Amino acid sequence: MSWTNKHLLGLEGVGRDEILTVLDTAAKFREVLDRPVKKVPTLRGVTIVNLFFEASTRTRMSFELAEKRLSADTLNFSASTSSVKKGETLRDTARNIEAMMVDMAVIRHSSPGAPHFLTQHLDVSIINAGDGAHEHPTQALLDLFTMRDHIGDLAGKRVTIVGDIVHSRVAKSDAWGLAALGADVTFCGPTTFMPAEVERLGVTVTSDIHEATHDADVVNILRIQKERQEGGFLPSLREYTRLFGIDQARLAEMRPDVLIMHPGPINRGVELAPDVADGERSVILDQVTNGVAVRMAIIYLLSRVRAQERIEEPEILAEVGL
Amino acid sequence: MRRILLKGGRVIDPATRTDDHVDVLLDGGRVAEWGDDLEGGEGTRTIDVTGAIVAPGLVDMHVHLREPGREDEETIESGSVAAAHGGITAVAAMPNTTPAIDTASWVQFVRSKRTPIAVYPIAAITLAREGKTLTEMAELSDAGAVAFSDDGSPVVNPSVMRRALEYSSMVGRPIISHCEDLELSGRGVMNEGLASTTAGLRPIPAAAEEVAVARDIILARTTGAKLHVAHVSTRGSVELVRRAKEDGLAVTCETCPHYFALTDDDVRSYDTSLRVNPPIRSAADVAAIRIGLADGTIDAIASDHAPHSLEEKQVEFDAAPPGMIGMETLLPLTLTYLVQSGTIALERAIELLSTDPASILGIPHGNLEVGSRADVTVFDPDWAWEVEESWFRSKSKNSPFIGRTLTGRVILTISEGEIVFEEDGAATDDDGEAAEKREHLARELSLHS
Repeated sequence: MSWTNKHLLGLEGVGRDEILTVLDTAAKFREVLDRPVKKVPTLRGVTIVNLFFEASTRTRMSFELAEKRLSADTLNFSASTSSVKKGETLRDTARNIEAMMVDMAVIRHSSPGAPHFLTQHLDVSIINAGDGAHEHPTQALLDLFTMRDHIGDLAGKRVTIVGDIVHSRVAKSDAWGLAALGADVTFCGPTTFMPAEVERLGVTVTSDIHEATHDADVVNILRIQKERQEGGFLPSLREYTRLFGIDQARLAEMRPDVLIMHPGPINRGVELAPDVADGERSVILDQVTNGVAVRMAIIYLLSRVRAQERIEEPEILAEVGL
Repeated sequence: MRRILLKGGRVIDPATRTDDHVDVLLDGGRVAEWGDDLEGGEGTRTIDVTGAIVAPGLVDMHVHLREPGREDEETIESGSVAAAHGGITAVAAMPNTTPAIDTASWVQFVRSKRTPIAVYPIAAITLAREGKTLTEMAELSDAGAVAFSDDGSPVVNPSVMRRALEYSSMVGRPIISHCEDLELSGRGVMNEGLASTTAGLRPIPAAAEEVAVARDIILARTTGAKLHVAHVSTRGSVELVRRAKEDGLAVTCETCPHYFALTDDDVRSYDTSLRVNPPIRSAADVAAIRIGLADGTIDAIASDHAPHSLEEKQVEFDAAPPGMIGMETLLPLTLTYLVQSGTIALERAIELLSTDPASILGIPHGNLEVGSRADVTVFDPDWAWEVEESWFRSKSKNSPFIGRTLTGRVILTISEGEIVFEEDGAATDDDGEAAEKREHLARELSLHS
């Protein structure tokens, strides 16, 4: 077991042993989810706040469920960034919540670095549930868990991520995590969707969908947001689908054992054809189930680090005679 | 106004090509005499500056003093005090206040403030900095405006910029251009490159600056007017200005310390004091800026001092307003990142910080010739010290350099013959042991920091 981080802000810089610790811990919690009573008393008395400054349904539900399965007390704070901008600052919101004596905060925010900001102002463990186009580490961990569950050790495996890389926090977290586990990563999409100097992350970059997918072990397809067309990144969704959409014809060119993944929610018929999304190579719903187990693992590991910090406090007090 | 004799210093005055150990006597607000073993006579304060550099007072040609409008962040007076603390004896204040400095009465307002150093107003190019109607440049100039700029925003309309250049040439004062294509910079908050990709922050490409620099250089060629490019930050901009100078155009430019002391990799910390416009660039851009400073392409180093309140900066990175304070660290950053590193010589540093910006603005500063205004900066080029928040005298503290160790520190600032800043115990009255005392003080301070 190797996990000593107080926070989970991203997968950049997180090593192989740490990631494997999370995945192994998640595997144990995954078993719990198959039991008739899907709950463990592990985190009784621990309070977790879910700070969602950006709309999210599935990630928030997944975190909430993970927290409840661990018997933690949870509270939810949702606000659109714009309403926060008009009134209370992020720092004030966070400090008010801290004053309620919470132990951990899960944050989703449209500003990259917002979770880092909280670590500088609060004394609670912070989990990044997605910050702008920066990182979404729990999504990447559940992706890694799902891949490993189906194809075993990821060293030397070929993983292709298709779509809107420049706006994607998932693509980057996936790339860091996959690199740590020794997989070969390819980013595929239109040139307008490639961030600057992205090849320096150690990934292969291409706009040729066949080249990117024909021998891939995993094809992870990102959501194309419809407003990107208006932003001038794409001439049309139609052209995107024609060039990069994954349908049965494209699937037929891939390896027969390829895994089709998607972080959701799917724009059916845009980046992914419905019959592929629901087809036998798709593991998209496994990702959702595994997401709960992986988040339970992260919450558990962070709370252990925090508990160890706290144990020392009474000892210090005892030393000074209180 | 009493007489001041600076004894034993190394005088570096680029205007007269001087680099010599010589005593300097100031009298009646003027430089009175240079010479070996000068005696001040009765009523003279004699200061031993052995081991220190005696330079013409620094000229910071690009500062934001926030008055009128944001007096909570800085005032003309507090900014002047901070400038004196940084060894600066003349600043040119940008007109992007609220309201903008776009009429003669606002120019007079800026000039009416009693300040320890000289504050020169820059007036807006267009009314309310809206990029539409030209200001009354002749009257503004008569009232004391030294240049015209809509800094903070570009003049978007190229036709308005063309007319502004034409009209200003009648007045003979430069247009200082904030070169930015707002469509290309978009909602970006940091330099586009590997660092923005990993940080996930919205990028500003170098092209957003370079496209605008190219446009304005072409318009300067069309009009023959004086164009000064503010805060040059990219390799491409340096190349464009170099080419314009080779072609003999009246184009000058400045850069700021953060464009040669920091790289976009530093911004990955999400420290909002690093949010600045133009953004902190890549290592390759920094290298090009340093070469431009050494080969004469870049004419001046200015701080772009931009105070912001703590509340405004203590937010998410992309919600923070751009800008950092800089007057007080202008000289130490230049000495640390350009002179110590061997990129430029001390004399060139003083040219960039004093002689040349004074000449671009046409103001009577930047030299120590006998008879000129007694503006003098004395600094210890070897004093290593750690920047602390409490050390700043600016009303705002948004500096990314807090916690850094810099080399070189101002010990004495004299503006028109008056001492406006004196480092406690560092500039001592003559007893022959000043250098030793200063070394001791530096050691003491570094022990405490």
